[in-house]
Amino acid sequence: MTPKTVLTLTGLSKRFGPVIANDDVSLTLHKGEVLALLGENGAGKTTLMNMLFGHYLPDAGRVEVADAQGILEPLPLGHPQAALAAGIGMVHQHFALAENINALDNITLGSEPLLALRRNRAAARARIEGIIARSGLKAPLDVPVGQLSVGERQRVEILKALYRDARILVLDEPTAVLTPQEADTLFSNIRAMVADGLSVIFISHKLREVLAFSDRIAVLRHGKKVGEMATTEADEAKIARMMVGADTPKVARDQIAAGAPVLSLTNVAVKGRSERESLEHVSLTVNAREIVGIAGISGNGQSGLARVIAGLTTPDAGTVAVDGAAIENPTPARMVEAGVGRIPEDRHHEGIVGAMSVAENMVIERLDDPDIQSMGLLRREAISENAARLATAYDVRGPGVGAPARLLSGGNIQKLILARVFERSPRLILANQPTRGLDMGAAAAVGQRLLEARARGAGIVLISEDLDEILGLADRIFVIRDGQLTQAPTTEREQIGLMMAGVAA
Amino acid sequence: MTDLLNILISESFWAASLRIATPLIFGVLGALLCERAGVLNLGIEGIFVVGAMCGWMAVWLGAGLWGGVLVAACAGAIFGLLHAILTVPLGLSQHVSGLGITLFATSASYFTYRTALPNVSSPPRIEPFQALDIPVLSDLPFLGPVLFQQTALTWLALLMVLLVWYVLQRTGLGVAIKAVGDNPDSVDAQGLSVYGLRMGAIVAGSALMALGGAFLTMSAFDAFFFGMVNGRGWVCIALVIFAGWQPGKALFGAVLFGAFDALQVRLQTEMGALVPGQIFLMAPYILSIIALVIAARSVDYPRALLTPWFKGQR
Repeated sequence: MTPKTVLTLTGLSKRFGPVIANDDVSLTLHKGEVLALLGENGAGKTTLMNMLFGHYLPDAGRVEVADAQGILEPLPLGHPQAALAAGIGMVHQHFALAENINALDNITLGSEPLLALRRNRAAARARIEGIIARSGLKAPLDVPVGQLSVGERQRVEILKALYRDARILVLDEPTAVLTPQEADTLFSNIRAMVADGLSVIFISHKLREVLAFSDRIAVLRHGKKVGEMATTEADEAKIARMMVGADTPKVARDQIAAGAPVLSLTNVAVKGRSERESLEHVSLTVNAREIVGIAGISGNGQSGLARVIAGLTTPDAGTVAVDGAAIENPTPARMVEAGVGRIPEDRHHEGIVGAMSVAENMVIERLDDPDIQSMGLLRREAISENAARLATAYDVRGPGVGAPARLLSGGNIQKLILARVFERSPRLILANQPTRGLDMGAAAAVGQRLLEARARGAGIVLISEDLDEILGLADRIFVIRDGQLTQAPTTEREQIGLMMAGVAA
Repeated sequence: MTDLLNILISESFWAASLRIATPLIFGVLGALLCERAGVLNLGIEGIFVVGAMCGWMAVWLGAGLWGGVLVAACAGAIFGLLHAILTVPLGLSQHVSGLGITLFATSASYFTYRTALPNVSSPPRIEPFQALDIPVLSDLPFLGPVLFQQTALTWLALLMVLLVWYVLQRTGLGVAIKAVGDNPDSVDAQGLSVYGLRMGAIVAGSALMALGGAFLTMSAFDAFFFGMVNGRGWVCIALVIFAGWQPGKALFGAVLFGAFDALQVRLQTEMGALVPGQIFLMAPYILSIIALVIAARSVDYPRALLTPWFKGQR
């Protein structure tokens, strides 16, 4: 028996100015199926789903959705209300939740009359509790959403869709913000809902979870659909090849013996403005020729650790030493002077000055260098020559080194920052989320550069929420949780995942 | 010291506090409604002037007192609609648009007044709202003079506090307004109109602000003067923060400011010989700043306040 079709997309295309986001994409979704939509950043996955949900109006193409009787009907495009009415629910990567009202109000928002004098909250609550019982999506209903955990907020988002009788659920990178355990819970919840007749489209760029969890896989590259297969026929290498168009070179990592300590944090404590920045008695030694990975769920003290190493925060207790010399009253300038190179988390705001040219951004950390200035005047020619050389060496592409840095794409901004940092041959490199938001090619280039710096003799602190990246690059792994740092005894992802969640030591 | 105590327990002091607070109650509720939806409305000072002028002029031209109130509210709503169009679908700077509306609305009101009455030296008077005289209740000790000998507009203001509270706390509309001021995407994703909700809140809030102005010419005084609004709109902008965007606390803040003002007038007569009068004139504002500093340390701003939202950009 052929499965019933619940959704067809036919020939959808969308351009944003000169950029083609989607080019003639067609997809089919069957009842009770999990379809994974896979592709690199910027491949057009989210744009495609935003057209389905009516946030964008496609330039060409059409969408048909099965109604409650299973008969395919054309969907009016460009109207979120129509998509909702047709039974399509979308859970965005950035949650669309109002944090000052509770989950119940977020769920019922828009489906109850605005002008009624009394709200029928009891009926709404009974219905939501029924949905929770069937799907296992547990979330507190009466607390302002601002106080819920990320996992709970995501469940509220899905409940919103189910409350609207969604028959098709679109999840945009649902696991990006979850711990491995939370992700597993989510997948088993979705399995329960699929068994109940729901159909799911699931956007991801994580191969592992796609292989483990989907029924069928569709791969997008540069806005086009380049392949579609049953998950049982797929394997990691095959899909990765489709996503990037060629075999991805696995980053080769040689075994190198570590050298002398370049960074020593001893009992460092920071009382931050928020929990994200607080550290409790953190001790960490990073040696030359070594990459130390810091794994953890966002907001557990990573930014506090990064600020200490960058010299932005003076610890309340404990000492910071670079190359054996204690740094008193650290400032960013002193840390740079001591040989620390920084790849900041927010590359657009903290990594570059967007209004200044690419060439100026490349020398911004060494303006006192006599090669760059003489008698307080910048040597324009030397700056341009330096920039041209670095742009070639680090493959920084864009509208030219004289153009404002903000015009570069995220990947090229990161290459600019790498060029600036590595040119100084730093003793210690702080790499904070260095590949977040980069596509596979750019991410591989960043990993390669970090390994080169390691071979050259630098010590590297790699803070990342992407466990695969840490497992691939780091010599030693620590887990940060509630401002405390613990060395991971294994490199097994399951074990580290549990430590990140604080479930086991 | 006993003088101060005598003032604080006198009926006339509290009656005056509530009277002075009335335009502030209207204004702070209006500003609260706009800001809960995510839009700062600095047009408030000008909308007060429009409300004062239009309400008074409508009565002077022969409309009844309640007709005047209606005209004032509509005039405020029109200027609110202008601010709404500029800041919501067009997404312009809320500060610039609001200040522009204040300048424009004030000048337009003065211009209209001067054009209608080119040769008048002393402003013409109307017959304003009279104090309600409710049998029995008005004769109660203390509460009678304080509450039940106020004008109908003061009662309307108190009613509005209840109404705004009820809408925000108990209705689907209120939930949607609070949500659109916190995260417009949450409203858009559920198929409601972000633009509609925000513009509606601004228009309704501006109508309330204009009633604050109308109280000045139709209840507190009986004529329209230049400069009579005298910064009351700006006080409301501060009071909204003091109130943490809660209608109940807004009422408290407005009455507190009214009490400071009533106190300063009385102290001036008691101690005017010793201390320059300007010190007393400053007092309510200084006390307000102190109260604001204390109260505003821990407030939660509506997260989307001042942030424009555009359809199709996520």
